[in-house]
Amino acid sequence: MYKQVCFFALILLIAACGPNVDAPLPILGERDVAPNGDTIYRSIPNFAFVDQDSQLVNNATFDGKIYAVDFFFIHCPTICPKVKANGLRIYQKFLNDDRFMLLSHSIDTKNDTVAALKRHVDKLNIDAKKWRFVTGARDSIFGIADDYFSIAKENPDAPGGFDHSGRIILVDKNRHVRAFCNGTDAEDTDRFIRDIERLLKEQFPANK
Amino acid sequence: MQKILILSLSLAIFWVFACVGNQYPSGARVYKATCANCHLDDGAGLGALIPPLANSDYLIQHRDQLACIVRYGLADTILVNGIRYQEQMAGIPNLSEVQITNVLNYIGSNWGNKVPAFRLEEVRASLQSCNSLPTQDTKTKQ
Repeated sequence: MYKQVCFFALILLIAACGPNVDAPLPILGERDVAPNGDTIYRSIPNFAFVDQDSQLVNNATFDGKIYAVDFFFIHCPTICPKVKANGLRIYQKFLNDDRFMLLSHSIDTKNDTVAALKRHVDKLNIDAKKWRFVTGARDSIFGIADDYFSIAKENPDAPGGFDHSGRIILVDKNRHVRAFCNGTDAEDTDRFIRDIERLLKEQFPANK
Repeated sequence: MQKILILSLSLAIFWVFACVGNQYPSGARVYKATCANCHLDDGAGLGALIPPLANSDYLIQHRDQLACIVRYGLADTILVNGIRYQEQMAGIPNLSEVQITNVLNYIGSNWGNKVPAFRLEEVRASLQSCNSLPTQDTKTKQ
């Protein structure tokens, strides 16, 4: 009898700790209550960058879509290939889903020119309309990394010359950050893929 | 109770063997620390940017150059499994001859590779003839 109770308690405990897959993903970051009583959530500010095909990429590029963001540089000797490999898994998973896009920012704005980005992306066999690789003014890129809760800064002592995080960040239709994962970790990326599916369900209830 | 104990014990033993299944544990450690960031944990490489080490014909065809590539990197275009790779690889100059031997054996015996094992003398001899090869100097390392 005692054993059965223990077993039951254990099951309850596991059930209580497990994630509630039906609940909407939280909106991450600071929030304020406005005078009219609405809660104002932190959101991604306006931005304008140039992609691997010299096309303008700004907030309008992602209108009515959700998108995943990361920060990298081509000659990155550390985590970037792992993050890219997991990013490619996300890309493949949602390849035919027009409601989702990816956006990679180069933080090495001096070396990663448009031509260099183009060459890099072509070797990964990526559809340039689906996954935009952008460069821009150094301070704008470093600044927007903060808004995505990521890290990008120059550090001559770091391998390759930059400190940066391997996070992949999920942004919703309303410019709110809703989830992130450690892009060097395959299991965490699997969980992130499920988060993307949850957000798609939440923000596009009518179709699919 | 005893049954559960035996079961969990045998599971634990199985798990240990399943994870430490490779014959070159110190080569595996070197791989994880110095190679896996780019060539990835499963040796798959990345698109046409980073060549695969898994099921790689290059390992068999260029056996005598592998130690030099690990130490001094590569600035040349190479052909691996029919695909052309042109990105620079940084060398890892601080690995010892023993570490290079171990890591080559780890790579050569995993992921579908069947490269006959390297002996230390062979790696030492290869490293002495590096200069005649189209490898890059360590100073151009990223």
